[in-house]
Amino acid sequence: MAEAAKRTWLGRLRQGLSRSADSLSQGITGIFSGRKLDDATLEELEDLLVSADMGVDAARRIVSSIASRRIDGNAAADIRRLLAEDIEAILSPVAIALEIDPARAPFVVLVVGVNGTGKTTTIGKLAHLFISQGLSVSIAAADTFRAAAIDQLKVWGERAGADVFAKDVGADPAGLAFDAWAAAKANKKDVLLIDTAGRLQNKTGLMAELEKIVRVIRKQDSTAPHSVILVLDATTGQNVHSQVELFRQACDVSGLIMTKLDGTARGGVLVAVAERFGLPIHAVGVGEQMGDLRHFDAGAFARALVGAEEPESA
Amino acid sequence: MFDALQERLGAVFGRLTDRGALKESDVAEALREVRVALLEADVSLSVVKDFIARVQEKAVGEEVLRSVTPGQMVIKVVHDHLVEMLGAESVGLNLRANPPVPILIVGLQGSGKTTTAAKIAMRLQERDKKKVYLASLDVYRPAAQEQLRVLGEQAGVPTLPIIAGQMPIDIARRAMQAAKLQGFDIVVLDTAGRLHVDGALMNEVAAIRDAVTPSETLLVADALTGQDAVNVAGEFHKHIGLTGIALTRIDGDGRGGAALSMRAVTGCPIKLLGTGEKLDALEDFHPSRIASRILGMGDIVSLVEKAQETIDADDAARLEKKFLKGQFDLNDMAAQFRQMRRMGGMSGLMALLPGVAKAKKQIAESQLDDRLLRRQEAIIGSMTAKERLDIRVLNGSRRRRIAGGAGVEIQDVNRLLKQYKQISTMMKKVGKLGKKGKGLSPESLRNLIPPQQFPQ
Ligand SMILES: Nc1nc2c(ncn2[C@@H]2O[C@H](COP(=O)(O)OP(=O)(O)OP(=O)(O)O)[C@@H](O)[C@H]2O)c(=O)[nH]1
Ligand SMILES: Nc1nc2c(ncn2[C@@H]2O[C@H](COP(=O)(O)OP(=O)(O)O)[C@@H](O)[C@H]2O)c(=O)[nH]1
Ligand SMILES: [Mg+2]
Ligand SMILES: [Mg+2]
Repeated sequence: MAEAAKRTWLGRLRQGLSRSADSLSQGITGIFSGRKLDDATLEELEDLLVSADMGVDAARRIVSSIASRRIDGNAAADIRRLLAEDIEAILSPVAIALEIDPARAPFVVLVVGVNGTGKTTTIGKLAHLFISQGLSVSIAAADTFRAAAIDQLKVWGERAGADVFAKDVGADPAGLAFDAWAAAKANKKDVLLIDTAGRLQNKTGLMAELEKIVRVIRKQDSTAPHSVILVLDATTGQNVHSQVELFRQACDVSGLIMTKLDGTARGGVLVAVAERFGLPIHAVGVGEQMGDLRHFDAGAFARALVGAEEPESA
Repeated sequence: MFDALQERLGAVFGRLTDRGALKESDVAEALREVRVALLEADVSLSVVKDFIARVQEKAVGEEVLRSVTPGQMVIKVVHDHLVEMLGAESVGLNLRANPPVPILIVGLQGSGKTTTAAKIAMRLQERDKKKVYLASLDVYRPAAQEQLRVLGEQAGVPTLPIIAGQMPIDIARRAMQAAKLQGFDIVVLDTAGRLHVDGALMNEVAAIRDAVTPSETLLVADALTGQDAVNVAGEFHKHIGLTGIALTRIDGDGRGGAALSMRAVTGCPIKLLGTGEKLDALEDFHPSRIASRILGMGDIVSLVEKAQETIDADDAARLEKKFLKGQFDLNDMAAQFRQMRRMGGMSGLMALLPGVAKAKKQIAESQLDDRLLRRQEAIIGSMTAKERLDIRVLNGSRRRRIAGGAGVEIQDVNRLLKQYKQISTMMKKVGKLGKKGKGLSPESLRNLIPPQQFPQ
């Protein structure tokens, strides 16, 4: 079943890709057949990567490493395979699933990110995942700012079968997290997921609020939060760099999840981010339903990025 | 990254500055950097290519104005073309239809539709004195209708009562019906977020459009959107026909290239900017502001333009002569303050200069603005003609009198006099620049702002 789901996801990724990258792919096919990699070809490749949001610098680096190599066989397909392999090599080391350490119960996962990236939905999906693994989960509704954020989370808690610890709108998020930890501890929960309000990374006041949540949680358990997940939206472009940098500064981000990969955005910025920060990529979001969370498959991601065929065996 | 970019562009334009004329190869070199700048600002590749080709065409043909350097000329052509493509003027919402006038809000998941719907409703009600109704057609995202209800409450705008289980198109019809009965002028319809490639949901929103025939169909998009912007805007436009775009999260530190991409691919005006989470954080679109942001450098061209507009040529010549002789008196200083104020105050002036973000912040923090300039003018205004020509006569009692006249403290008078001394030293430097026959360049203008006015 997981296999089928995976194929659907890949299928959808590639479908999206073929829609958005059609003209480019055709361009490359046209150029490669029976020719060597000239400057125009390399530029086409760079364009392909740039249009997948990889950013100019990273795209140039990757393409220039291809340029020095010999390509034989069916050039069009081979060049993409090569590109995909290079990208996979960058991403493989960071494709690390989120492991819950049961010895640390409640294992505290703080979820942060810019407004609307998919934090709350991802928490619903994570809760579902952990519960299906036999863990007990509690969710802290520390987004006390956005209208109806608490109601939204409560619906997800119900769907996933997780407790939701909530207070009134406007309550202090750090205090709420503190109390949610105590409740999770008392109820012997394995995992505590903390939802936070979306915030732009350049708002220092709001970033300080995150720092405070971390500080206060540490009063309960000096090893917590055990995981700090930054949720990124695949639709976002180069601003992801700033998001990772500044959220990391504020709250020691330990891993990333990229959402909305079911659209046509290809999230190439993750490659540049992996090179620059080396942060684990725990999972990707591919839809709005509870089951739409996938482990991060570096190879599949890389191939979807450049429009390469899936290997027969997979 | 941002600063590196400025430097890179700065280096190319700097090289151009020293050359005589604007050659094809110079333009090409400069535009290579502009291309990178645009891509890093998230302008979609296809749009960048088109942009560069057109600017190349324009710039090479263009004659370099005598008073402007070739580098400035390229920037100006790039900037002007950017503004032109963004849509030179801001376009308001079209509400000319029989009431109730429907406004349909569409977009991807999490782009800011619900917040923007509430912001628009509040603005139309408060500023335009319209009777506005809000309705959420989002039956998919948990608590989405509740979210709009709460925002409506905050905005003081009534919302359509929620009926659980009703389908979006039925909610839309019910909203229009209720609005008609209750005499509302405008109905803002918030919809669920959807992917532009989700056929079923795109059909759904097309059906809603057909049912209500909105006079505005606004795409709400995140200003932080990357290369996908052309696909998103293109598909939404193709499926339902947009009339405008609202860009959210302009308060972020993104460069906003999506504005150009979306505008280029749809031809629709960008009508509104979301600048914060609060409901009053909604602004009209100003192309040149976004253009400067996308380009990633201060708008030197408009500085030059503004300077030309506001500095009377004769005045400048007279001043220059005085600087050269070291005869800068308080009358001249008052004139400078007036000029600065006309140029948008110091923060306005600084906003036009590249690389002064820090100083800008300090100015904002110290509230060194218009009011300060006016106060300085008032102090000088309270002096006698003789005092203005020679500050040496200003003893304690005269200073007290002046302070009283201007409604300030005596320390303010002292501070101004100290500034005057420092500025007149500065002026002599500008005077030397003037002697070389360059006239008042942006650089010399920057020198007009005494550094001690920036708190250290
Ligand atoms: N297509 C798609 N939509 C998603 C995905 N993840 C989340 N969404 C949608 O994106 C929108 C925003 O998701 P939320 O989970 O509310 O995002 P958030 O980060 O908690 O938002 P704020 O709390 O408002 O900052 C919702 O409409 C979700 O259904 C995804 O992987 N794919
Ligand atoms: N900083 C900032 N946040 C915004 C802006 N517009 C919307 N938001 C936030 O973005 C998130 C998603 O907004 P929402 O209106 O629910 O998006 P929708 O899913 O498209 O309806 C919320 O957290 C909003 O507070 C804006 O202009 N600036
Ligand atoms: Mg949320
Ligand atoms: Mg909404």
